[in-house]
Parts: sequence; structure tokens; C-alpha cells
Amino acid sequence: MELLVASGIGMMTAVGIYLILLRRAFPVVIGLSFLSYAVNVFLFAMGRLAINRPPILVDGVTEYTDPLPQALVLTAIVISFGMTALIVVLSLRGFLETGTDSVDLGGVEPRPRSGRKRP
Amino acid sequence: MSNWIIVPVVLPAFTACFLVAALRFQLRWQRAVSIVSTAMLFGVAIGLYVLAAAGEPRPYLLGNWPAPFGIVLVLDRLSALMVLLTSGLALLVVLYASAGWDEKGRHFHALFHFQLLGINGAFLTGDVFNLFVFFEVLLIASYGLMLHGGGPGRLKAGFQYVAINLVASTVFLFAVGLIYAVTGTLNMADLAVKVGQVQAGDVALLRTGALLLFGVFAVKAALVPLHWWLPMAYAAAPAPSAALFAVMTKVGAYSILRVYTLIFGAEAGPLADAAAPILLPAALVTLAVGTIGVLASRTLIELACYSVVTSMGTLLIAVGVFDALSISAALYYLLHSTLVAAVLFLLVDLVAERRGRFLGRLIPSPPFGHALLLGGLFFLTALAMVGLPPLSGFLGKLLILDATRDSPQSAAIWWAILGTSLLLTVGFARAGSVVFWKQGNGRIAGPRTGGTRVLPISVVLVLLALTAVLSIAAGPIMHEMNLTAEQLLDPARYVRAVLGGGRAFASAVEL
Repeated sequence: MELLVASGIGMMTAVGIYLILLRRAFPVVIGLSFLSYAVNVFLFAMGRLAINRPPILVDGVTEYTDPLPQALVLTAIVISFGMTALIVVLSLRGFLETGTDSVDLGGVEPRPRSGRKRP
Repeated sequence: MSNWIIVPVVLPAFTACFLVAALRFQLRWQRAVSIVSTAMLFGVAIGLYVLAAAGEPRPYLLGNWPAPFGIVLVLDRLSALMVLLTSGLALLVVLYASAGWDEKGRHFHALFHFQLLGINGAFLTGDVFNLFVFFEVLLIASYGLMLHGGGPGRLKAGFQYVAINLVASTVFLFAVGLIYAVTGTLNMADLAVKVGQVQAGDVALLRTGALLLFGVFAVKAALVPLHWWLPMAYAAAPAPSAALFAVMTKVGAYSILRVYTLIFGAEAGPLADAAAPILLPAALVTLAVGTIGVLASRTLIELACYSVVTSMGTLLIAVGVFDALSISAALYYLLHSTLVAAVLFLLVDLVAERRGRFLGRLIPSPPFGHALLLGGLFFLTALAMVGLPPLSGFLGKLLILDATRDSPQSAAIWWAILGTSLLLTVGFARAGSVVFWKQGNGRIAGPRTGGTRVLPISVVLVLLALTAVLSIAAGPIMHEMNLTAEQLLDPARYVRAVLGGGRAFASAVEL
């Protein structure tokens, strides 16, 4: 099981890194999601892999699994979900306003106040 | 009295929610509430600094759960200083923004307070995972602030900024996971104890975690080679947001200071001074790269962004030596560089606003309004930023040079700081003379400049006056900084304060 989980995390990280190095917004977003899946499983595994053990006190049980990584993973999932939603909206707006989903600035200078409306 | 420690986190949270829920459409009321709340925050920050200066670090146990089991906030001299700096800057920035920038999009003030919540939380937390959570809070608010006003250029730069920070957050989680797997705790005080007792077989894993964490902080602190997001993002951000972001890079510097003195500091056994071999060279390169950026910049805003990179380089050089003298010099320089970076961003905005279609580009333009006043202010800011007398930049660099005199790398440090100061002088002189002296004929067709523009300029004046105060009161301030550095380099005091020394500590070790 350790080998399976470890290689799964490794595969997801590799896929994620490959995708975020591409030049279009969509693969970058998918790559970031892959990275966050990988880190979630990684955090989960940091409490050691255990099967059929309760995380909270139960009568007559002596073997427990570590509940803290599970709480950390929950927090991490919520945060990465919010961040993914944000970056999806951002790339969609970027695509609609510029007509391209290329992530580089395309030789356009980052003009300081190009979007500013004059009063 | 210790209950006040939670206020810098709770007050902005309530203010932001109130602004979104109740005052969504009343901009005037939003401004009033926002300014009053920030002023109250500043008052509380002063009170907390007095509290922290009274002696030992103070923990605040949320829900009264004993550390290391519960969540803990810790107030010591360093965190109190950072909260004070943040809230003071925030008060001035919110005044500046209320003069017009907040009309250009919705929810500026709410996002501003969420950002303050994140920054203050990051400074006060005593737990590595909560540091991650507060990082995320301040980042998600900063995305909103950066995109305030909209526009394609800002969206493209914003996408890159969000993407790099999401990758950094993922790395942060990997580091947290590794550290937890080895030590079984994420409470900073508890970690400080456990890291020293780590088994020989786990040292490599823990070192990996420590260095991954350093990578994340290096992204936040814009350390070369992880600095390239900064000029792009800050140049695209609206001026008041960029001015507040001046404190955000300092969150990275603060985290480096905190984690690599407390957890992986001199007393961490096999992991002692984990970051020191990388930090100093990287900081030297950062200073050089930032200087080249300043010389090569084609707009005033690029100049401001790269000078932030150089100031982070200088600051982290002093931090990288990791002794009491240089850390106190670094803290003084931190105060100075935050204020001056904020002045520079606001000033660049004021200039660009008056130059019409020329914006901040470094090409001669026809005469524009208030050129003399703005030119004079730019001159003073440049003096402070470059490090020429009489403003605080000179003293800051002098203190750093003096503190690093006995370090083995002193030759490299002196060469780097003195050489780049000369080049920075050239860069700023070139920019200033092109923008303010080489004025052509004709008249600028920019926006009118009326009496309503007094507030922004007075904010800039107050910020500059504060840097003057920094240099006039350098003696007492350095005394405080020395005490702060001493407290920082004595992790035992922090650990004793948080874990209580007695029973709680014993049970923590037992587990």
C-alpha cells in the first residue's frame, strides 16, 4: 500500500508540474489542481497509513489513527477549492477580455495603469 | 490584558464582514467605517507594543486549550513591532485610497480589511499550519486588491501572480507535512523543542521540510531567483494596494526571521541554522539583480518595484548573518524600507496621474501640474531609498554595514551594498531628471488638479516625515530593536512562555 500511495503522489505531482509549465491557462489550472490533490494525499499519509482504526476515542479500542492530518487535509481542501475557483474565474475573465488564454504577457508591457478609467 | 492579542485579527475580520454585509453600496459610510476601524487597529497595536515591550512573550490560548494542543497566538516584541508597522501604514494607505481609488471597483475597503486580517494573523500566530492559513487569507485578499479596477493587463499579471502563489502554497503544505511527519507537532514553540531532539535517521527528511519552507518564504520575500513575480504584480496593482503590499514582502522576511531563529535556529541540534548558507548569497544576488532592474527600468513603476527588490536584498543580507547586531540593524532597515516603498508607490501614482498619456514612462513630457512639489518629494524619497543622508535609508545601510563588519563575508557584503548604492543613485537620478527636468513645450492634457487632491499629497508627506522621525529618533529606536533582536535570539524565553515551562511542557515531551 505504501508503494501505491507514494507512487500515486509522485505521479500526480509530476503531471501537475508538467502541466503548469505549459503556456495556456487551462492546463495551468488543471496542473494546479493536480498539485493540490497530490499534496492532500501527501498530508493525509503523513499521519501514517492505517486501515480500520478510529481517529477519535472509542471504548475498547487501543489502536488509533492520527486525527490531526485529517483536520489539516480538510482545511487544505477547502482552501485549494476556493483558490481553484478564483483562478478559473480569473483565467476566464482574462480570456474574455484579451481573446487569448496564453498565460504570458505576450510582449505587452505590464502597463501600470492600463485598465484605469479616467474620472 | 492578554485578551487584546486577538484583536488585530478579529477587528479587521468583523469590519470586513460588516462592510460587505451592511454597507455594500454606501461608499461614504464604507470609508468612514474603514478609516475608524483602521485607526482603532492602530491604537490597539500601540497598546500591544507597550504590552510586549514590558517583557516576556505572551501567548494567547484560543478556547483556553493548553499549547501545544490548542491554537495559540503569541505576542512578542517582533510580532508587536510588525503589527504596529502594518496598522500604521494601513491607516495612511486607507486615507490615500479614500481620496478616489476606492471608487474604481467594488469592495476595496472590505478586501483591505481581509488583507489586514491575514497580515496581522501571520505576524501573531504561533503555529506553522496557521501561518499557512493566514498566508492564504492575505493572498486571496491581495488577489482582489491587485485586480481592483480591472482591465486586461491587470488580469494577465493577476493570473501569473495567483498561479505562482498557488504553487508556493502547495510547497508550503508539502513542507508542513514533512515537518509534522517527523516531529508530530506544528506548534512553533513545541517544534523548537522537538527539532533539537530529532533522531539521526530523520534529519534528512526534516532538513528537506525546513528548506522547502525556506523556498516558500523566499517566494514571499522576493528572493532571487524567485523574485520575478514581484515587479509584474506590483506594477499592475493599483497604487494604494501596492503601498500596502510593501508590507507583504516583509511577511516573508518576518517568517524567515521567526522560523530560522526559533525552530531551526542556533539551538536546533543537527539542523542548526538550516537556512543561513543559502540566505546570504541569495540576498546578495537579489540586491544585484534588483539594482540592474532599477537601471534598466523604462517606467517609474518598474523603478519602484525593482527598488523594493533591492531593499529586500539589503534587508535579507542583514538577516542572513543571524546575530543580534545585524538582526537589529535589519529590523531598523525593515521599518525604513516599508515606509519608503509605500511612499514611492504613492508618489509614482501621483506623478503618472498628472502626466496624462505619458503616465510613468521615462521619457520627457510637457510640463505637468505640481511638478516642482512632486519633483522635490521624489528627490527626498530617492535619497531615502538609495541610502544617502539625511533620511533613514542612510542610517539603515550604515547600521547594516557596521553590524556585518566582523562577519566572514563582510567583504562581499560591503562591496555589494556600497556598489549597488552608487548604481541606484545613478538609476534614480536618471529617472528623476528625465521626468521632472527634461520637460518639453506645450501643455499636458491630463486630468485637472484641484483642491481635492490635498489628501493624497499629505499622506505622502506624513510617510516621508515618518522616515525623518526614524532617523532623528534612531537612538531610542535602535535600543528597542536591540532588545527585540535579543529576545528573538533567545528561543528558550519564547518556548517557556508558550508551553508554560511546567506541567504543559512535561506532558508535551511525554507525548
